[in-house]
Amino acid sequence: MTALKLTNVCKSFGAVKVLKNIDLEVEEGEFVVFVGPSGCGKSTLLRVIAGLEDATEGTVEIDGDIVNQTPPAKRGIAMVFQSYALYPHLTVHDNMALALKQEKQPKDEIAGRVDKASKMLSLDDYLDRRPSELSGGQRQRVAIGRAIVREPKLFLFDEPLSNLDAALRMNTRIEIANLHRSLDASMIYVTHDQTEAMTLASKIVVLRDGMVVQVGSPMELYNNPANQFVAGFLGAPSMNFFPAPVVGGADGMSVGIRPEHLRIASKGGRLKGEVVHVEKLGGDTNVLVDVAGAGRMTLRLFGQHPIDNGATLEMDYDDADSFLFDAAGHRA
Amino acid sequence: MNKARRNPFNVAASHAILLTYTVIALFPVFVILINSFKTRKAIFREPLAFPDADSFSLIGYQTVMKQGDFFQYFQNSMIVTVASLFFVLLFGAMAAFALAEYRFKGNTLMGLYLALGIMIPIRIGTVAILELMVSTGLVNTLWALILVYTAQGLPLAVFILSEFMRQVSDDLKNAGRIDGLSEYTIFFRLVLPLVRPAMATVAVFNMIPIWNDLWFPLILAPAEEVKTLTLGSQVFIGQFVTDWNAVLSALSMAILPVMVLYVIFSRQLIRGITSGAVK
Repeated sequence: MTALKLTNVCKSFGAVKVLKNIDLEVEEGEFVVFVGPSGCGKSTLLRVIAGLEDATEGTVEIDGDIVNQTPPAKRGIAMVFQSYALYPHLTVHDNMALALKQEKQPKDEIAGRVDKASKMLSLDDYLDRRPSELSGGQRQRVAIGRAIVREPKLFLFDEPLSNLDAALRMNTRIEIANLHRSLDASMIYVTHDQTEAMTLASKIVVLRDGMVVQVGSPMELYNNPANQFVAGFLGAPSMNFFPAPVVGGADGMSVGIRPEHLRIASKGGRLKGEVVHVEKLGGDTNVLVDVAGAGRMTLRLFGQHPIDNGATLEMDYDDADSFLFDAAGHRA
Repeated sequence: MNKARRNPFNVAASHAILLTYTVIALFPVFVILINSFKTRKAIFREPLAFPDADSFSLIGYQTVMKQGDFFQYFQNSMIVTVASLFFVLLFGAMAAFALAEYRFKGNTLMGLYLALGIMIPIRIGTVAILELMVSTGLVNTLWALILVYTAQGLPLAVFILSEFMRQVSDDLKNAGRIDGLSEYTIFFRLVLPLVRPAMATVAVFNMIPIWNDLWFPLILAPAEEVKTLTLGSQVFIGQFVTDWNAVLSALSMAILPVMVLYVIFSRQLIRGITSGAVK
């Protein structure tokens, strides 16, 4: 069963084309992440799915019905916003119950669903508080609870973790993953953070300039990127690119190699350069090396290594780990 | 301000300037108040003296109470001011919401058109307005005044409020839409409470000119039963003889309601004026 089907969706604001011919299917129970740099149209796409923006062209199908003309509230979706967007004048309980009251659900049904959601998100103690009396993490949980109580066919998350600090972000990320497992619902999640995309998604959709660049599971995209953009976008620290002639390749081509696939060669390494910066993280050591003709490259070593700035380093890699791109950035 | 940044000379200077300004601003009010409690002779003998046992008199207030239906005037002014403010805020906020929230053809043009009234004084159209009111039969009704003041207040209201409405989070409005709230509910329940400081600002800016206006009551509603307070007070000012006791007493009483309303709005007002500047 298809939870969401987009066919040839386009969106323009005046003369500016923000979304260009997007085709996409989301299967029931899938966790799909839209990822891309800022301004790539991922939030606009989410808003088109939600019905907050009209598609200029194309159709949006949710659960088999074309919903282009359906108002957001009737599409069977629920959305969690980056800024939480809680109603400031309502208590936590009423925030969660409002949509159900609008749907004219019976009272005990509302009470039951709010109770279940608040238990799931451990919000029981805060039900009578106003949003202004909650911390950022709690507010985001209320926003998620407000989505859960509606029991939607499709959950939409618009960068829900961007306003949280690093530790809380990780916790909430795990909570969202758990939520997906226990609810078994279809979810669409928009983020610009590749870590969130890699850790949460069952399917990643990489967007760039309003177009879908590649669709696939996180490991597919990591191991087999379609082009230089996807290769550089996923993975942290990001992939190193250098002109192929440096290692004896063809003119106009470039080679990509991930920092963790580079290794220090004691003698005869194909890449030789000067260490300009060392980041010692304890578990990992990231070394920035200026390689003549290839530019600055990142080398990721596991464990702790006594490397100093200014040292000369020879590096090498296995050809099987490297990627070859043509001048237009496509895989060769 | 913390101690390290505090300079005694600067503190003294700024307080001196503020106190001077306060004295200048309050002086006319003060003179009106003290003289309203004095006999006519005392007013002219020593205008700046406080009323003492000799000069104290309530003759002005007694005249005001006896002559004309002062409470009727008072009530008329109150009705006109409150009703006009209500309509200015309601329609101003609605127009501002539409301009700030919806993309439609001619949005900018409409905004400019609505703001035009800030630059063109409404009194220029007095003759046309009078003709309009005569042919619609609204002359000598409070509605004539309410309609004119609403029109007069709308441009500034739309201008100020639309700026504030743009600052209300889009996510909040969208959350409402997804939860099935109508556009009216979103406007009244989500957006209006968040722009309350701006509404107070608009209310105060509009309230005082309406309360004090003499021009339109004189032209559109001079009949006894619809006279406003300002117009009613004019009966004491004659071409040759002016009953200063009565004029000063009437003015003193006219200040009161505006002051009460101002105190109510002032906290919100200050937030409204500063919120755009510091954030």
